[in-house]
Amino acid sequence: MTSNLLVYLIALPLFGSALLLLAGRKTDKWGHLLATALSAGAFGVGLYEFSQMLSRANDQRAVTQKLFSWISVGSFQVDAGLMLDQLSICFVLLITGVGTLIHIYSIAYMSHDRDRRRFFAYLNLFIAAMLLLVLGDSYLNLYVGWEGVGLASYLLIGFWNQKPTYATAAKKAFVANRVGDLGLSLAIMISFATLGTVSFAGVKAHAGQASTGALTAIGIMLLVAATGKSAQFPLQAWLGDAMAGPTPVSALIHAATMVTAGVYLIIRSNFIFDAAPTAQLLVAIIGAITLLFGAVIGMAKDDIKKALAASTMSQIGYMVLGAGLGPVGYAFAIMHLLTHGFFKAGMFLGAGSVMHGMDDEVNMRRYGGLRKYMPITFATFGLGYLAIIGVPPFAGFYSKDKIIEVAFNMGGIKGVTLGTAALLGAAITAFYMTRVVVMTFAGNKRWDEKAHPHESPALMWVPMVLLALGSVASGFLFTHGNSLVNWLAPVVAPNPAHRSEMLKPAVVSILALVVVLIGVGIAIMKYLRADVPVVAPEDVSIFTKIARRDLLQDDFNEAVFMRPGQKLTQALVLTDSAVIDGAVRGVARMTKGSGSVLRNTQTGFVRSYAMWILLGAIGLIAAIWVVTL
Amino acid sequence: MSNAWLTSLGLLPLLGAFLVSVLPEKNTLLIKRAALGTTLVVAGVAIAMATQFQRDNVNFQFVETHQWIPSLGINYAVGVDGIALVLILLSVLLAPIVVLAGWNEALGGRWSVKTFYILLLILETMMIGVFASTDVFLFYVFFEAMLIPVYFLIGGYGSGARSAAAVKFLIYSLFGGLLMLASIIALYVLSGDQGGHTFDINALSHLHMSSTTENMLFLGFFIAFAIKAPVWPFHTWLPDAAESATPGTSVLLLGVLDKVGTFGMIRYCLTLFPHATKTFTPIILVLAVISIIYGAFLAIGQKDFKRLIAYTSISHFGFITMGIFAMTSQGQSGATLYMFNHGFSTAALFLVAGWMSSRRGSSRIADFGGLQRVTPVMAWVFFFAGMSSLALPGLSSFVSEFLVLVGTYTRYPVAAVIGAFGIVLAALYILIPVQRALHGPVTEGNENLPDLNLREKVAIAPVVAVILVLGFYPSPLLRVINPGAAHSIAQAGFSDPLSSIEKAGK
Repeated sequence: MTSNLLVYLIALPLFGSALLLLAGRKTDKWGHLLATALSAGAFGVGLYEFSQMLSRANDQRAVTQKLFSWISVGSFQVDAGLMLDQLSICFVLLITGVGTLIHIYSIAYMSHDRDRRRFFAYLNLFIAAMLLLVLGDSYLNLYVGWEGVGLASYLLIGFWNQKPTYATAAKKAFVANRVGDLGLSLAIMISFATLGTVSFAGVKAHAGQASTGALTAIGIMLLVAATGKSAQFPLQAWLGDAMAGPTPVSALIHAATMVTAGVYLIIRSNFIFDAAPTAQLLVAIIGAITLLFGAVIGMAKDDIKKALAASTMSQIGYMVLGAGLGPVGYAFAIMHLLTHGFFKAGMFLGAGSVMHGMDDEVNMRRYGGLRKYMPITFATFGLGYLAIIGVPPFAGFYSKDKIIEVAFNMGGIKGVTLGTAALLGAAITAFYMTRVVVMTFAGNKRWDEKAHPHESPALMWVPMVLLALGSVASGFLFTHGNSLVNWLAPVVAPNPAHRSEMLKPAVVSILALVVVLIGVGIAIMKYLRADVPVVAPEDVSIFTKIARRDLLQDDFNEAVFMRPGQKLTQALVLTDSAVIDGAVRGVARMTKGSGSVLRNTQTGFVRSYAMWILLGAIGLIAAIWVVTL
Repeated sequence: MSNAWLTSLGLLPLLGAFLVSVLPEKNTLLIKRAALGTTLVVAGVAIAMATQFQRDNVNFQFVETHQWIPSLGINYAVGVDGIALVLILLSVLLAPIVVLAGWNEALGGRWSVKTFYILLLILETMMIGVFASTDVFLFYVFFEAMLIPVYFLIGGYGSGARSAAAVKFLIYSLFGGLLMLASIIALYVLSGDQGGHTFDINALSHLHMSSTTENMLFLGFFIAFAIKAPVWPFHTWLPDAAESATPGTSVLLLGVLDKVGTFGMIRYCLTLFPHATKTFTPIILVLAVISIIYGAFLAIGQKDFKRLIAYTSISHFGFITMGIFAMTSQGQSGATLYMFNHGFSTAALFLVAGWMSSRRGSSRIADFGGLQRVTPVMAWVFFFAGMSSLALPGLSSFVSEFLVLVGTYTRYPVAAVIGAFGIVLAALYILIPVQRALHGPVTEGNENLPDLNLREKVAIAPVVAVILVLGFYPSPLLRVINPGAAHSIAQAGFSDPLSSIEKAGK
């Protein structure tokens, strides 16, 4: 099937971005409205395509659109082609749906910013690039979107780059992502050398003929790419700093959509990972490490946005873990991705709403008791909270428990380890999220007399309410009648034969609920029953100190990569002028020196010069001849 | 008349130079307009010529041959394949942009404005000639003669230690040229032994020689081209020259003249010495990979914009050289496309860096800060040029860089993997200066810098457009390049490696 509409999904927001950037200040008055309308337009196209898909049989739903031949050299043939299937439509609706809500929210949130138009231009650019990422029909097309969202993320993290730390945060994100991009480009190279193609359809068709070694190499390189974009261990360090961007950006890019691109990449490449068990296991391990890593950091953060960012890292860890569990996990990874898109975006918008009412204060130690002043924000944030910690029947209950269950059911040491990690993560999640909610909305007021907390305008709270509805209902909808699993089946066929039942779903749910209650209980004891000090106490354990320093991630990167890199650069700069250019200057000096000796040979006769030139040339050739003998 | 295309094209700038020379010296505006007009006409004629080019014909086209020095078998012989055509287009398209962008850069030179444009137009003739020659001797003449206008353009109109930089450039290039001359003479002698003295490239490509001879002669050419390109460790003249030259001269120097080196590798090294090419490929790939990584590290460590751009180019020339010697159609086409794209990408970087430094009176990165607030358009153009330099997908340089990498990987995976680390380093050498110059608070001395004026915007707009359009739609150029690139690999005795599963299937 083909569809001529796919290109408009990308073209609409891209046009908005280009117009707002090129036309400049002239569009200040209405630019944000146009950008929002175009994002909504893309959502409309997405809904239309979705309805068309629903009207067809499950194996007839994918549509493609070939625009033109992009790169064609020898057997390297890449079309500018788009593909919308059951997997990509999930993303299209998430990106344009949540994206449009966040556009609306930003109209109010950014209303006092002198550069609001530029902000909306970047947002539209992001939407276009992210849609290209999920619609491209080959790894190379995906790559364009992949770096495109990286660019948009860079521009938006550094939106207030007049502040040097923000500019540094943007640069850090770009560089960390480029390390991941290196992985993606290597994966594409290996794929072409092995299979002779880089299109998804081609790789899928031929993957069976390739050696396990080659597929493992491709899989590991794709995983490297995913760790960069999705802030997974060991390329996770940029995400916390990325909170320098305006809060709607954190909600859209650094929670709901872009950072989940790594999960998309892995699941899109299911045909590679299913044939490369080592790479697949690595995916699961990275996911498990990161879900704990992020959760631990989340416990120690006082900055509400950084706590949520750590949580995002951890939740994406769950998705990556799910994706690493193979065919039984793919659909649940996507389900968690979608539910997370609702509840985390909602909570970030809630955080933005709190900041909006609190003069941009982000330190939760200076919040407290805000539920009375911001009831809607509290309610929507609270629903997101119930969803993320996995209280039934909220969304996270369905999606996260499934991942825990599938992890345990892998069986053996692998199943126990991964399952335990996921379960432990659930407990920690319950702890740090309760801590966030209690410190922000409950307890006594700890803010300044000058602050006048107030509820945000409707333009802001309506999107929050809509996302909260998603946090409540989406899990049930995706699970009811196994709808999402069946929907995705043609893309990622689940393998029922693989299913050993170590723990029954009910057992997992009860286990999970117990650990969640423990987590919640500890947090309530610590932060609701006791007073929260306005200044973070210094007499804490070494573990807390390390967690506050993001488990030393920056210290490690600086000691191992940055400072040695700077030393190497300095050494090379010195070598270049002293040794390489020095040698050249040395030759020049020698020539000059011998010149004074040889001045006598300067007879003024052209014939003798000619002889010297000839002799010189012969000498050089002789030298080369000797060297190459 | 179709055969006179190249000669006409080459003579036009010379005619323009003559026209400029008879204009009154005082009327600099008229001189500049005449120069701009000439370069625009040349660009128009070149585009008209390109439309007549038959894409699928791998033989030289627009061929024209006249006896020049019959007693030595030297001919005036010109013709182009797809590769040469693309490089001629690059030269003549950049020329008017350089003239318009550097409208005032001839002021304050050692000599008059008039002399500047005469030199520039003569240089354009030679750029066309060097790519169009199919007679090795004629190529050599252009190759060496080109040095003269460039020498005077750097030494006479540059800044800082311009004389020293110009001399360094000249000596370095002459040294390489001398080695090449020796090889050319040897080829000539050999041809005499094998059926008649000639400098014709097609005839010379069928010479028989011992492998020792072939290796020696190959090196004579290669070192000359490696200096010109420049490839590590023959590169130290470039940063000095780029720092001292006017921005426009730098654009032509890095954008076009250096390409003579990489063009020469394809046209002369591969075609004339296929066996030696095979012998030396491992060493050359090592040098290319060193250039990529070393150039990138050096770029990161630079404190001056112009030197930084020069080092990024050394890194990029490493990619081009790697692509050429990978001996795959992707590598070869990618390398030629890279030459074209790098020309525009570097033009954007150098022109905007030139505007920044002429406004600020300094090209030290540390002297700038917060330009995004003061001069938003200029800051945007710089950022855009930087993105092009780091090969952001969607911009033209990505297509060529990726083709080079993927083409190299299929035959030499280790070289490609190490070279690919340039992707990460590029992010650093672009984003560090972007942050220092454009972001942060507005620093002292930058508060009142004027943004780009209309002339500057008009000059840079086509560069930006070309970078964008070719990023999404490189086919028009690739279709011209592909047959020539495939032909040059076939001549060197290579064919594309099969994919692993194809090999397994056989």
